[in-house]
Amino acid sequence: MTDDIIIRIRDLKTAYGTHVVHEHLDLDIRRGEIIGVIGPSGCGKSVLLRAITGLKEFAEGSIEVFGERLETLDEAERADVEQRWGVMFQDGALFSNLTVRENVEVPMKEHTQIAPELRHQLADMKIRMAGLSADASPKFPSDLSGGMRKRAALARALSLDPELLFLDEPTAGLDPITAEKFDALIRSLQKALGLTVFLVTHDVDTLHATCDRIAVLGEKHVLAVGTIEELRAFDHPWVQEYFCGPRGRAATGH
Amino acid sequence: MPVATVPGFALEESGEHTILRLTGDWTVMTIHLLDEDLAGLKHDHTVLVDVSGLTRIDTAGAFLIDRTLRAAPEGSGLTGTNDVARNLIDQVHAVSDPTPPAKAVDHGFVALLERTGRGFVGVMSEIFQTLAFLGETIVTTLRLVMQPWKLRWTSIVAVMEEAGLDAMPIIAFLSFFVGMVVAYIGATTLRDFDLEIYTVELIGYSMLREFGVVLTGIVLAGRTNSSFTAQIGTMKMRQEIDAMQTLGLKPMDILVAPRIIALLLMTPALTFVATLSGIAGGVIVGWSSLDINPGVFLDRLRNAVPLEHFWVGLSKAPVFGFVVTLIACRQGLNVGGSVQSLGNATTTSVVQGLFAVIVLDAIFAILYMELGI
Repeated sequence: MTDDIIIRIRDLKTAYGTHVVHEHLDLDIRRGEIIGVIGPSGCGKSVLLRAITGLKEFAEGSIEVFGERLETLDEAERADVEQRWGVMFQDGALFSNLTVRENVEVPMKEHTQIAPELRHQLADMKIRMAGLSADASPKFPSDLSGGMRKRAALARALSLDPELLFLDEPTAGLDPITAEKFDALIRSLQKALGLTVFLVTHDVDTLHATCDRIAVLGEKHVLAVGTIEELRAFDHPWVQEYFCGPRGRAATGH
Repeated sequence: MPVATVPGFALEESGEHTILRLTGDWTVMTIHLLDEDLAGLKHDHTVLVDVSGLTRIDTAGAFLIDRTLRAAPEGSGLTGTNDVARNLIDQVHAVSDPTPPAKAVDHGFVALLERTGRGFVGVMSEIFQTLAFLGETIVTTLRLVMQPWKLRWTSIVAVMEEAGLDAMPIIAFLSFFVGMVVAYIGATTLRDFDLEIYTVELIGYSMLREFGVVLTGIVLAGRTNSSFTAQIGTMKMRQEIDAMQTLGLKPMDILVAPRIIALLLMTPALTFVATLSGIAGGVIVGWSSLDINPGVFLDRLRNAVPLEHFWVGLSKAPVFGFVVTLIACRQGLNVGGSVQSLGNATTTSVVQGLFAVIVLDAIFAILYMELGI
């Protein structure tokens, strides 16, 4: 069933100058799943996210999102696609001159015709949904802690009720308890809203707690895709070390 | 994107209930069509919201339904089968707050008084802090000059190149053109009295005493000042300055003192270049439209314009350089965590820099006049 594939990547090649990041990379992401993308530092996890969202031009291959190839769309069609996904960047990338509520309202203000008062209420609802209290709404991003900024960024990514959510290292730099709450939050939002989540992470606990499937990037392509159990059986030194090393074992309870 | 169907609702009275039948897409893209109508409903009976007719729903639509239910009398609820909608509405209900956000109250006259007071206190503390920073800078710089082996020569030379040498072409050009303009004005006015030759004195006095150094100061305030503020401000924003402090390095020693020393050295040099190219502009105009031979021009300049005017101009240069750098560094260190504050600091820095150059020049003019120089 082709309809169930929300992102289809075929034979992707990306490069910065002569430095090739990905080559012959294939990946399918199914509708409604949480897919974790892991790999050693510098293997191009974030670059893959940037390539899918159109922030980084790729050299060869094709990426279809919602069955459309982004580079073939005109501006209006592309804006339509962009409204259907939300992206949360690694350090939040909140607009520092806007309050948290205004940050969440930005996409609504730009793309919908909702009246200001209802928009405020919706923004506050998203902020609470992302696990912040409403007291945070009038604050500026610089007044928030790292974990709160990530939640605010998540609220902004959810602003237009996207079908597809990209999260770049959502739990990096958070304490384990906050990270755990964040994992639970992503899981419950995914269930409630029927999201597809593309999750770039280093955190084994997050993978274990949230992901349906995991894609391992390495050697410029996808080494393996599967559940944690499948990957544990996968014979590759990095994958073995990742899941069967002390941290991996602790997280997955083996 | 699938074509959105228009959302709608219909009211139906059935016994003691009002049934609200929902149809179409209730999403963030469509709910603006319903917002007012739905808010305007007055419910006398309990309301049953029938969600079975919905085609699509998201949290925004769920919020509207939840808001309607909250406004309705006790006992209202959902009816019809639609698990997605029921689930979403439950989720939204848990996190929504029915009270609209409080609006900021404006107290008019009192607020005006408050703003005035805050403004006054702000200006006072700005003056106080500038003076404190001035003192700290002077102490740091003097201490480092006494111990030259502790000076960071590499950064001093780097700043001298960036803020001095690289600014030289622009200052020379500006000054050249101002010299030409002054010469033309002089020539046009003095021609009526057959005194064109006094253009030389006009150029000499104005360039040596005022324009050379003021133009240098203005270019420094616009160019160097903003770049210093942005550099230091960005470092502050990215916590680099905090990192320095924890490593036992003093930002005053590393960031402020080298810039101050570099500009103290370079501003006179820039002023000298500005003065020379201003005179060159005068010479060109004199030669081309007044028939004053460059040799005659320079000879007359030497005889008619005393050297002390040159020293008067040059004496102001280090002061301008010092004050402009001082303002730039202070504003840079004032930057907070946001991009907005960086922009504000840069603006303030340039405005204060220009202001300081002009005001100081006026003070110097009065001072030298009283001294009879």
